[in-house]
Amino acid sequence: MSKGSEKKAKRVRVAPFITILFFLIMGIVGIMTGEVRRVLEQAVQVCLSCIGIG
Amino acid sequence: MEIVRKWIQAIMALLVNGSWSFPYTRTIYQGPLKVLCSPGLNCYSCPAATTYCPIGSLQQLMAGIRIALENGQNFFGLYVIGTMGVLGGVFGRLICGWACPFGLIQELLHKIPSKKFSIPQKLNYIKYGFLLFFVILLPLTVVDKFGYGELWFCKYVCPAGTLEAGLPMLMLKPALGQTIGLIFFNKLAILIGFVIWSVLASRPFCRTTCPLGAFYALFKKLKLVKLRLIEENCTRCEACHSVCPMGVKFNESPENAECISCLKCLDKACKFDAISLEVAGLPLGSKAGAMIHRPKQSNAAL
Repeated sequence: MSKGSEKKAKRVRVAPFITILFFLIMGIVGIMTGEVRRVLEQAVQVCLSCIGIG
Repeated sequence: MEIVRKWIQAIMALLVNGSWSFPYTRTIYQGPLKVLCSPGLNCYSCPAATTYCPIGSLQQLMAGIRIALENGQNFFGLYVIGTMGVLGGVFGRLICGWACPFGLIQELLHKIPSKKFSIPQKLNYIKYGFLLFFVILLPLTVVDKFGYGELWFCKYVCPAGTLEAGLPMLMLKPALGQTIGLIFFNKLAILIGFVIWSVLASRPFCRTTCPLGAFYALFKKLKLVKLRLIEENCTRCEACHSVCPMGVKFNESPENAECISCLKCLDKACKFDAISLEVAGLPLGSKAGAMIHRPKQSNAAL
């Protein structure tokens, strides 16, 4: 295996973890800003738009 | 394997729709589980829904971003996008194949005997437009005099919302029937269209319209769990083409954004162990349980 392809293979193995970590941090920031409460407030109300009325 | 997948689809559909008190309460579930994200498309206004729909919640947050900022609340959708991103980073569109209730409904509809048609590949790109415009840009930019946007995808398109929330809620609360109008009938027509299309073609909504599928498709190269082509084992017999419910020619494009990792190609089609499931580059094994990277001499033996 050439050095180039070895580097590429290494990047492919690590990339999913970097991606997951990135979005995990994003989600944690969202939790810290209190977005969870906002999501819950919205999700427990009947969404009239979803029904096709709102 | 297909039976296992069907069971997991059914269990996931029941888990995200696990509140069955609605015949008595005559409204939707309003408990704390609704802080959890449904991995697949599942309307949170479905009376039985126990989780939030990521596409619905994201639109809500985009539509209300101005008002939130005015009130000093920094709600940019980070919790929702973060959750969707973690799911996408681990599973990608495997969720579409294994955990989406609306995907399961389309698969069941497709079992109805009829003449079957393929879906042109070009239509696959439409869903990215729905994600960008109907889920993000239009709710963010087109606002009323109070600064609040609309849920464009939920309101004008989503057939899952009509099926899982609109029709059941109209039955539970008949008074809502007096307020329905053109928008409802437009959505009903879209639902009927997709029901008929699902009988005639495989997973038309997933392939052409679903913004959640479009989001997960962005992780085609980055996801942890994915199918892998073992080129030295592939005989180009094209057996994998005929079984794919998403119209993917796996041996020609193993990282195709449409692949939902249903494993039909691995399980039903490939007889040469040319397809394996891998996690972060580590093989879990192929159909026969064989580890990947057979010696090249095996090709000559075929």
